[in-house]
Amino acid sequence: MKKIDLSQYRADGATEAAIEDFSGFSAEDKERLLFAGIDVENPSESGAFMHLNHSGVHCKTKREGLEVMDIKSALEEFDGLPDYYWQLVDKDKDEFTKAAHDNLHGGYFIRAKAGAKITEPVQSCLFIDKAGISQNVHNIVVVEEGAELHIISGCATAHGAKESAHLGISEFYVHKGGKLTFTMIHNWSEDTAVRPRSAGVLEEDAVFLSNYVLLKPVKDLQMYPKLTLKGENSVARFNSVIVAPEGSYIDCGNRIEMQAPNTRAEIIARTLTTGGTIINRGYIGADAVPARGHLECKGLILGGGRIHAIPELDSDQDGVELSHEAAVGKIAQEEIEYLMARGLDEDEATSTIVRGFLNVDMEGLPKELQEAIEQQIDELDAGDAM
Amino acid sequence: MLEIKNLHVNIGDKEVLKGIDLIIEDGETFILFGPNGSGKTTLLMTLMGFGNYTVTEGQIIYKGQDITYAPMYERARLGIGMSFQRPPTIHGLKTSHLVKMCGQGRDVDVEGLAKKVNFSSFLDRDINAGFSGGEIKRSEMLQLMAQRPDLILFDEPESGVDLENMALIGKTAKNLLDGLTEGCTMKKAMQRSSTSGLIITHTGHILEYVNADRGQVMYNGKLCCEANPRDILDHISNHGYQECLRCLSAETGEILDLSSFNEAS
Repeated sequence: MKKIDLSQYRADGATEAAIEDFSGFSAEDKERLLFAGIDVENPSESGAFMHLNHSGVHCKTKREGLEVMDIKSALEEFDGLPDYYWQLVDKDKDEFTKAAHDNLHGGYFIRAKAGAKITEPVQSCLFIDKAGISQNVHNIVVVEEGAELHIISGCATAHGAKESAHLGISEFYVHKGGKLTFTMIHNWSEDTAVRPRSAGVLEEDAVFLSNYVLLKPVKDLQMYPKLTLKGENSVARFNSVIVAPEGSYIDCGNRIEMQAPNTRAEIIARTLTTGGTIINRGYIGADAVPARGHLECKGLILGGGRIHAIPELDSDQDGVELSHEAAVGKIAQEEIEYLMARGLDEDEATSTIVRGFLNVDMEGLPKELQEAIEQQIDELDAGDAM
Repeated sequence: MLEIKNLHVNIGDKEVLKGIDLIIEDGETFILFGPNGSGKTTLLMTLMGFGNYTVTEGQIIYKGQDITYAPMYERARLGIGMSFQRPPTIHGLKTSHLVKMCGQGRDVDVEGLAKKVNFSSFLDRDINAGFSGGEIKRSEMLQLMAQRPDLILFDEPESGVDLENMALIGKTAKNLLDGLTEGCTMKKAMQRSSTSGLIITHTGHILEYVNADRGQVMYNGKLCCEANPRDILDHISNHGYQECLRCLSAETGEILDLSSFNEAS
């Protein structure tokens, strides 16, 4: 991993005017956004947010009990959000957190009020369409007691946005009995540097389901979101699907700390390299029992690249149940021949197996988004990747 | 339908098939007997075109076309189908999706076909993931029904199947070989099926269901003793393969015994 030199990116000046509706985007941008999970043709029934370059440009709430705000407005209105702002991520952790702290461009504050059930996903989008800039955002998500919320967070760069950087702080708070489904889709470019810094905390009976999809090239991405299960009976699950073509360097993983009895944790990662590097980390720790955790890091190397799986389990508790399954391999010839015996040629058989491998069930995805993901996986096959 | 001429096949450096000659006519079902390691499965795998089986001599002619070195998918597209004994699990590939693909572009009534082999509740499961012996067989039958091959290779259709499932498997195999969909019996009576079959069996249970025309015993990579399959089965049940070997030794002058067979093939 090369060091990211923040001084080479412009962190100021790319301010943008508000965008009332998304129909003004070019067809090309619309496709970039769709592949980041944002269907601009079908705006969410719940709410939507967009941050473009250095400005929040769109903010809409259509449901009772749902707040969608620009973080700057939220900080102003709620006296700096003392319970939530920089409570889980240390602003002095590294130069990226410092940059996001010292020069905040925006980000979202999304809150589901106590008891509100927001079933339709809220769409939120962080978009860069100018070359040479860095985007510093801070996002806060709060699910109050007994509330339910699904957010689809799409991050993308436009075709022309060369040499850009995205620094994103995210803090998640799921209160007692709340349920948060958070689906993040990245659609960066070959020369984007990406440094998310995320953490979340779950109270009693809270549920956090996180889906992460990265199918497109990215120059350099490093992230390691951490969830702490503070309350009894809380449940956290991470599903990740990551593809690294040649030129991509991806160091990512998930960390779950189980600090209360009767908690459950699951981390499932499917990684595929066709020439890039993937470091796939996973950590489940338990300080209380009963606690059940399972970690799965499975990687396929297809024609080059590197996968380094680092699964970790840690506990000092008698009676804890933690397990992991890690594999780095190739497609079994036996599977290819099985499909060829049914009439598929070798390429078709290979892509069918890869599609299956990457097909992690993600709860609650809208049909358009599911189709967009499948289309991208199909396009992987069509290219020189296999 | 199928003509095999002087076929020699190696697995690695070891010669497993040592000159096989066999003709299977249109609509004919041929039964292959033989002790473990005699080369039966090798013959099926070679006909299907698996990579580890190297033809060193001879020819495979299918529907008049030389397919000795044709890739597997081409054979499948020409109408050769195979029921696997131990198929691999493919994670993330739903059974229904695979069945659909077996149609090779033809519309497949997946639900309807699944009902016939009592497999509807498995369509949403990953193919072969945690399937029992009987479930694997039903899944293989379902795929073959969608594929509609003209030559079907069955590798021990009765292995690992309980009695209840055996009737279903047997009946389905018969329907596949008769080339008929269930329904109009008048049409059935008037049609002569052109689907051919090559079946490996140990127990012979499958003979209670399918109309098998001819059979032969394989020993040590060679075919011998062609007869009515029921007669072969009776003979093997009464005397075992030892008796066959003595007979064969007398004929060829070679000394053969069961222990000389390689279990791996």
